[in-house]
Amino acid sequence: MTDPKTLSPPSLETHVAAHDDTFLDTNELVINMGPQHPATHGVLRVILRLDGEKVLGLECVIGYLHRGVEKIGENRTYAMFNPYVDRMDYVAAVSNGLGYCEAVEKLLNVEAPPRAQYIRVILTELNRIASHQLWLGTHALDIGAITPLFYTFRDREEILKIFEKYCGARLTTHAFRIGGLQYESYDGFEQDVKNFISFFKPKIDEYEELLTTNRIWLERTKGVGVISGKDCIALGVTGPVLRASGVKWDIRKAQPYANYKNFDFEIPIGLNGDTYDRYLVRMVEMRQALRILEQAVNGIPAGPIMAKVPKVIKPPVGEVYHSIEAPKGELGYFIVSDGSTQPYRVRVRPPSFVNLQALDLMCRGQLVADVIAVIGTLDIVLGEVDR
Amino acid sequence: MVAKFKREYGSGVDPLTYLGQNYMVVDRSLIPEILQILRNEEQFDYCVDITAVHYPKREKQFDVIWILYSFARNERVRVKTPIADGETLPSSVPIWATANWLEREVYDMFGIKFDGHPDLKRILLPDGWKGHPLRKDYGILQQDNEWVQINLGIESGQ
Repeated sequence: MTDPKTLSPPSLETHVAAHDDTFLDTNELVINMGPQHPATHGVLRVILRLDGEKVLGLECVIGYLHRGVEKIGENRTYAMFNPYVDRMDYVAAVSNGLGYCEAVEKLLNVEAPPRAQYIRVILTELNRIASHQLWLGTHALDIGAITPLFYTFRDREEILKIFEKYCGARLTTHAFRIGGLQYESYDGFEQDVKNFISFFKPKIDEYEELLTTNRIWLERTKGVGVISGKDCIALGVTGPVLRASGVKWDIRKAQPYANYKNFDFEIPIGLNGDTYDRYLVRMVEMRQALRILEQAVNGIPAGPIMAKVPKVIKPPVGEVYHSIEAPKGELGYFIVSDGSTQPYRVRVRPPSFVNLQALDLMCRGQLVADVIAVIGTLDIVLGEVDR
Repeated sequence: MVAKFKREYGSGVDPLTYLGQNYMVVDRSLIPEILQILRNEEQFDYCVDITAVHYPKREKQFDVIWILYSFARNERVRVKTPIADGETLPSSVPIWATANWLEREVYDMFGIKFDGHPDLKRILLPDGWKGHPLRKDYGILQQDNEWVQINLGIESGQ
């Protein structure tokens, strides 16, 4: 051992001379985020290339949740595949089912009766609110606001209760059948929906009180993850993200399906295409969904809930593409029929998958902490990305 | 639009309608030109989806389908081209940026290659996987056992 007394303190000259120029030099750094990461909303892996705290670019690695939904579809009958679509975007299962049922109905050339259409719209809009609530809760949690999570989950429960009373399931509802509905609405369904509308209206104000003018929220979302309307279109980005970038396009208005043309509602758009605008757009969408609910629940006609659909569904040879405005964007089904009881090919055009492609562009030049905010604001569900 | 295409390309383009939806069957050789025209002159600025269908019994085994939408016209159109196994297609990434992942998925699931794609590799399945699952000759229970044994350390995933 060296005697500590014999050690001389380092002289400043030698210290400066030995100083490594590359130390603290901002070299590019490649780091891995996920797939097990609380803020990636599932199993998303992102490889980030950083310069200090600045993101130079990133690559998404997906497929961890791939279950081969499209292959399963080719090996099941049309009716048997119906519950599988609920497992893609599992927070908006009702929308998935609506898109699939309508696509097959189009192939069969049948239309669901008006009563079924109304109940479908009510459940789908309730699901849109539930999906946006889950998005708001988790997105705010990622950025650091914990309270909205409890508020939104408390209120989402009321929607799930209606689903449970209607069909027995809360998440993967399998609420619709090809040609209409399996179940008649339960006693007190209208009253439950009306109660929910009056219950939920002040709750949106409550959420907004927490966030809209909150200084931390503004700092973390304003000017973060900006994307222009032109880039959105080039990248195929749809849904609230596209609308927040100033493109007024909603399939419910542009190419109405179900009976959306009977209802009066607005399409909110943003101006800046940043995370804050996407937040505002989704908040207004929840209010507009309540407006649709109000009109729908007061106008449910009497009548049958099932169209005349054969027990064995065998659409004629042909192909069809049908898309709906899911909470996350354009959800499309491309179905090819060869005249048998099983679809020859089912292609799902998932909004989350296509929207996720914009993550690279939206994160470039941002700070690494903003990647979390941008993943949240894109509102992806990995079950739908990977299918 | 249909009349114009018919006049210019004759039998290479076959416009059809089914259930009120327009689509055209286009010869493989005309694909680059037609897609470019649809994007630039006919304002189909949004590429909704690119996918394929496998018909193992046909000589030209695959149908590749582009689903396009025009914001200005509020109209959809599908472009379909039959190609043989092993035949490649030009990448449409320069036309629509969104084609990047969509073409990767078609490659992953069907093994159809796109020339000029910036980074054509598997997207949903792991990189080393063998086989393309959405081909009709790929069984529903089939998997790349070798990959499973090496990477997961189990005999079979089933």
